[in-house]
Amino acid sequence: MNPPVITVAHAAVGYDGRAVLRDVSLTVTAGEVVAVLGANGSGKSTLVRSVLGLVPLSAGSVTLFDRPLRRFRQWERIGYVPQRLGAGGGVPATVREVVASGRLARRGILRPPGAADRTEVDRALHAVGLADRANDAVATLSGGQQQRTLIARALAGRPELLVLDEPTAGVDAASQEAFAGALREFVTDGGTVLLVAHELGPLRPVISRAIVVHDGSICHDGPVPEPAGHHAEPDHDHVHPHCDDEPARLWSI
Amino acid sequence: MELFQYPYMQRALIAALVIGLAAPALGIYLVQRRLALIGDGIGHVALTGVGAGLLLNRSPVLVAVIVATLGAIAIELVRSRGRTSGDLALALLFYGGIAGGVMLVGLSHSPSANLNAYLFGSLTTISPTDLTTIVVLGVVILVAMLVLRPALFAVSHDEEYARVSGLPVRTLNMLIAITTAVTVTIAMRAVGVLLISALMVVPVASAQQVTRGFRSTMTAAMALGLFAAGSGVWVAANADTAPGASVVLMAIASFLVIALAAAGWRVLRRRRVPAAAPAAPEPHEVLIG
Repeated sequence: MNPPVITVAHAAVGYDGRAVLRDVSLTVTAGEVVAVLGANGSGKSTLVRSVLGLVPLSAGSVTLFDRPLRRFRQWERIGYVPQRLGAGGGVPATVREVVASGRLARRGILRPPGAADRTEVDRALHAVGLADRANDAVATLSGGQQQRTLIARALAGRPELLVLDEPTAGVDAASQEAFAGALREFVTDGGTVLLVAHELGPLRPVISRAIVVHDGSICHDGPVPEPAGHHAEPDHDHVHPHCDDEPARLWSI
Repeated sequence: MELFQYPYMQRALIAALVIGLAAPALGIYLVQRRLALIGDGIGHVALTGVGAGLLLNRSPVLVAVIVATLGAIAIELVRSRGRTSGDLALALLFYGGIAGGVMLVGLSHSPSANLNAYLFGSLTTISPTDLTTIVVLGVVILVAMLVLRPALFAVSHDEEYARVSGLPVRTLNMLIAITTAVTVTIAMRAVGVLLISALMVVPVASAQQVTRGFRSTMTAAMALGLFAAGSGVWVAANADTAPGASVVLMAIASFLVIALAAAGWRVLRRRRVPAAAPAAPEPHEVLIG
């Protein structure tokens, strides 16, 4: 078996006394492409954010690359893609400038960018199909192109693990395809992926394992669940959590 | 021009130019993290330091640096905790700062013109020692803001991403807070605590009307800050106006000119490119192997 990249053991998270995650355990091994699925508010985003230390655990533990999260320092091994790009107070930034931020984990904050940094930024821009927009302001890009900018930023650091939070939410079809292509390339090169999704769309063939979160707990861990009922209709591409203990009426409106 | 033969005018001009360059270099990060008015708040706090310095017969600038830095650290702690009462805590700090300053200056029995000099700047009060302080600290701020630009950009642009990149986010945030306090206090003599914030923010606002990138915005803002400071001091010296007011009005005037020019340019370009040509649709050939 491949070495574990992420190990979550009995993790719990609560906001203001309300439990968002309860007793969640999961292991992601090298080379896996794991999708975390679930309805809005199920805790799927919180699970992924707690893996990165962005949300503190109230109980349990997270281990990254065989190191407890608290003592983990090799952040260059991880590429994080948040849900969306912040507005940045209106100060413009070019696509290249945003992607270049992805090199900081490797380079450190004091060393000026060198030729290697520029090469990697070019490579990442090319991988997501944005090489021709490198010098445009990110604010002038479409939502999908902005998402691709964020994945390029993560790829520029040459990570071993990509963590993506709803990378395809509200993204046009062309960008979703570009996204799936970049992800496939990353996985072929031996990368590990953990991604949160509401719908999989063109990412579906890339996913090797699905975890469904419902009400703060994992209720499915295995192959990508097949859409059922009216969710299976051709024009409906949601991949919903389908849990055995879930009231059927939730999906049969 | 003959006014600039006097040493005190030369000192004033050099001080203003250093500040004109350093303030926007820092201000761009403040604007980026939506803290455009923070400099103003810290200015209020610095005033308490001025009052304390006058009362204790210590260098007002030095005491103000200390008090403003403490205030900036307090504000940063409130901000990073994200408490809902943060807004009110800031208000308390700001108003407490200015009230404390006015009261302490009053108790020190120094002439009221003295307070005005700190509020709005006064060219004649910059001593050679002051100038050394301004130049040394100004250069330190400038170098820090330029050398750390990639890291400060990353932290100000997307703090969570910066954390996952392993950047020392808390240290960088604290650096910005402390640098803001130092910039406000060294600029006190030239521009005044109540107007320094404008020199941090207005050149950035002007520059981003016409730029596409962060680096170009920063360069343009520094050039505009330099222009506003130099021309403002020149106006103040010749028309005998408050230097702070003159510098800020020059900055705002350049904002208006650039905003109008940018708007005019956009209208012209739209006319030249016929409306019939629609924007190119999103390319379909983005499939990558």
